[in-house]
Amino acid sequence: MRKPKVIIVAGPPACGKTSVMIHSIKCLQRLGIKTAVSKIDCLATEDDQRYAGIDVPVIVGLSGDICPDHYFVVNLEEMITWAGGEDADLLIVETAGLCHRCAPGIDKALSVCVIDSHSSIKIPEKVGPVLTTADIVIIVKGDSISQAEREVFRSRIRRINPNADIVEANGITGAGSEHVAKLLLDRKDATDLIGARLRHPMPTAVCSYCMGEMRVGTKFQQGAVYKMDFPCGKGGGERLCQKQ
Amino acid sequence: MSKTITILGGKDKTGRPEPIDSLQIESGQIYSIVGFTGSGKSQLISDIEQMAQRDTITERKILINGQSPDYSTRYDPDVKIVAHLSQNMNFTLEMGVKDFLHLHGECRGIKKSDSLIGEVMEYANTLAGEPVREDDILTSLSGGQSRALMIADIATISNSPIILIDEVENAGIDRRKAMDLLAGKGKIVLLVTHDPLLALMGDRRIVMQNGGMNQILTLTDEERKAEYLLEGFTEKILTAQNRIRCGESLSVEDLIYIQEESLC
Ligand SMILES: Nc1ncnc2c1ncn2[C@@H]1O[C@H](COP(=O)(O)OP(=O)(O)O)[C@@H](O)[C@H]1O
Ligand SMILES: [Mg+2]
Repeated sequence: MRKPKVIIVAGPPACGKTSVMIHSIKCLQRLGIKTAVSKIDCLATEDDQRYAGIDVPVIVGLSGDICPDHYFVVNLEEMITWAGGEDADLLIVETAGLCHRCAPGIDKALSVCVIDSHSSIKIPEKVGPVLTTADIVIIVKGDSISQAEREVFRSRIRRINPNADIVEANGITGAGSEHVAKLLLDRKDATDLIGARLRHPMPTAVCSYCMGEMRVGTKFQQGAVYKMDFPCGKGGGERLCQKQ
Repeated sequence: MSKTITILGGKDKTGRPEPIDSLQIESGQIYSIVGFTGSGKSQLISDIEQMAQRDTITERKILINGQSPDYSTRYDPDVKIVAHLSQNMNFTLEMGVKDFLHLHGECRGIKKSDSLIGEVMEYANTLAGEPVREDDILTSLSGGQSRALMIADIATISNSPIILIDEVENAGIDRRKAMDLLAGKGKIVLLVTHDPLLALMGDRRIVMQNGGMNQILTLTDEERKAEYLLEGFTEKILTAQNRIRCGESLSVEDLIYIQEESLC
């Protein structure tokens, strides 16, 4: 069976991942490259229909109560087998990535981060490891921002991720998608991901609420419970008071 | 940093070779791009911005100084030689004008940007109707002030030799001065427009049809006169606009245009 090359596409919700991927996949199709897509989301998605609309085999994973990035890693091996069965050269995994705490990237697989210049321009740092560990950073929705701000934005991204290829693309017109397609083909070729490592550890999920606790209040909380710091004598400030 | 760009024609929307198969544009030239909505004006701009190498939908090829651009000229945003300004671009950062220009200068590798910032402010203020101040907040600038600042910045700090402008009309700036500023700095300017006055600011104009470059027209002497008349019309419209704003009534007299006078 074929082993497709795996490309992980992440980025803040609703930033335009699907639109930019659809344009890039169309470019790949023109080059005779066959792509399969796996879409990981939490509750519901319609993106599968958009991918199916351009004749790409697509499969959906809904993570439900579980963090979508955990769910993604747990299912990766099976997704690769599926894409191989579909005779795909590339498997694009588009994941929801919600809390910005982690990144789904894997050391041997190409990792793509899509960010929206409108919501990220002030503090690209906020996007977190999904941006800092990416091989390719695609900036979308830059067409309505001044040239000067785009240049500043790019240089900030360059500072926090010096090695990534940075591309500007337009999810509506498809401008920039030829370049994205070229990078998807050219960079890094991982054929076997079993034993490969995550680029960034995923958050631990071991407090009472992870296990289904519904009741509110300290006395119901067990496991790894982290409390905020408050000024002395205010809120739950005992810890800070003891330190002083 | 003198440049020429060459556009080698590709295919129109029906797949036929476009009528203009090669076009060379030199530093300091202004080209306007005209045509109906959907005729491919923005696509042409986008091909130039991406330096298409027969790999976009139109299959055009763009040469810089007669050669295919190398990888970094084409893709490295840090050495990008094309600046783009379009109708719907705005400032989004809540930051003072001067602080922002410093930041922009810094990321362009400019160490002492003070004198350059002075220059940007001066240009912005000759283009804008309302003054732009150093401590104004970017997001609170009016459309005209923003556009003026963007053009002044593109001309000085970004300093890209090729400037693409897509439908920036009615922006409340002195467009003639803006074009003179850009062309005077040896830039190549390509200007997409529906406004006849702006279209005539180009030395030449590219007429788009059905996705292809259909004709290249050179500004005629007759058109230079027409431009003069058009400027008169525009002035009349501005007068009318002002009168109405001031709560005055319009008279037919205000709008009559005496041709002989302006034709000398
Ligand atoms: N030569 C061409 N071949 C195929 N499609 C084209 C061509 N030129 C333009 N198009 C497409 O036609 C549509 C309209 O073109 P656009 O450049 O937006 O028109 P305008 O800016 O003149 O209104 C776009 O989707 C564009 O990609
Ligand atoms: Mg257009």
